[in-house]
Amino acid sequence: MARNEHEAYETFIKGIWRDNPVFVQVLGMCPMLAVTNSAINAVAMGGATLFVLVGSSFLVASFKQWIPKQVRISGFIIIIATFVTVADYTLLALVPKVHKELGAFIPLIVANCMILGRQEAFASRNTVRLAVMDALGTSGGFMVALFSLGAIREILGNGSLFGVDLFGEHFEPWVIMILPPGGFLTLGLILLFFNWVTQQKDKFIEQVAEAERVASDG
Amino acid sequence: MDNLAWIFISSLLINNFVLAYFLGLCPFLGVSNSLETSLRLGLATIFVLLITAICAWVLNTYVLIYAPYLRLISFIVVIASTVQFIEMLIKKISPTLFRAMGIFLPLITTNCAILGLAIFATNRGYGLVEGIVFALGAGIGFTLALLLLAGLREESELSDIPKLIQGIAMNLIIAGILSMAFMGFAGLFSAT
Repeated sequence: MARNEHEAYETFIKGIWRDNPVFVQVLGMCPMLAVTNSAINAVAMGGATLFVLVGSSFLVASFKQWIPKQVRISGFIIIIATFVTVADYTLLALVPKVHKELGAFIPLIVANCMILGRQEAFASRNTVRLAVMDALGTSGGFMVALFSLGAIREILGNGSLFGVDLFGEHFEPWVIMILPPGGFLTLGLILLFFNWVTQQKDKFIEQVAEAERVASDG
Repeated sequence: MDNLAWIFISSLLINNFVLAYFLGLCPFLGVSNSLETSLRLGLATIFVLLITAICAWVLNTYVLIYAPYLRLISFIVVIASTVQFIEMLIKKISPTLFRAMGIFLPLITTNCAILGLAIFATNRGYGLVEGIVFALGAGIGFTLALLLLAGLREESELSDIPKLIQGIAMNLIIAGILSMAFMGFAGLFSAT
């Protein structure tokens, strides 16, 4: 049982950090860039994606024996589309203002390759419990990415976070950040930062190995 | 007529699908490493977008007035199967055309630009002709953005770029600069 717990935990953490869907695997870019012009939109999008991914992973993992192999992709897509429709109408009923701003991007969750990717690569081959943990981890990682991008863009482009003014009236907003080019540039710079961290880490490991070799030679 | 020209120019330049709406980014970043592949992918996308516009119009006019909540599911299923059917038809009728764009057709079907077009056209209440013009503008706009990025990437192969920046990070920054350039078109029609 302890081993089982550990495995579930590992699956969860992997999605958030080491295999982060956006920063590491570069999946699900379209909704990622389109809705992150404010932190609140980013969180709403993240929540909708979490619901869709967890729901469809649960269903796919539960029904995996009954989905014929030849039509599995279409089956997954129909399951995902059902959950997206539910999410769409729920947001419309609960928060019409956010729904209006996200507009066509809620239905477009269906075309997010990250979700289909998790069904094909993980949920259709694992137990229900693990599949749900994986879905939680992956969508958690997606949410982290959405939120950091949304927060950066809103703070720089509008001088506020969640609509609360941060800098007072003398701040000159950097408008380009909330416009489309800002999305591309911010994500490009974040990926650059991730590359840099990986490179530094590799360099460090190499140096340690080198030092050990010198020490053993001496 | 004025309205149609406006729809075309708007979806081609001002609200370019890739650079302003972020639709179809996966192929935009993934396949744009050579000009020739990009052109083929662009042609295949224009083709699928046109089919999508027609399918979406048929569904909206005849089926979905009775069951609007089935919109998403029916769009996906109908578009995917129509494209598959036409792919088989092309393979039978014109093998040359199939070789030029065939492999991309099934890939494009699940692209968000396709679904996005169907949803935008529905939300804005476009008719059949407007929808087709919209699809044509969006498709040519997509091809244009793809070709621009591919051209820049081909050039950058020859220059000495630090290893750190190479890859997807550089492409995103190039796309950001292209998107900034396209923002200049925003003033094109605002006077009228």
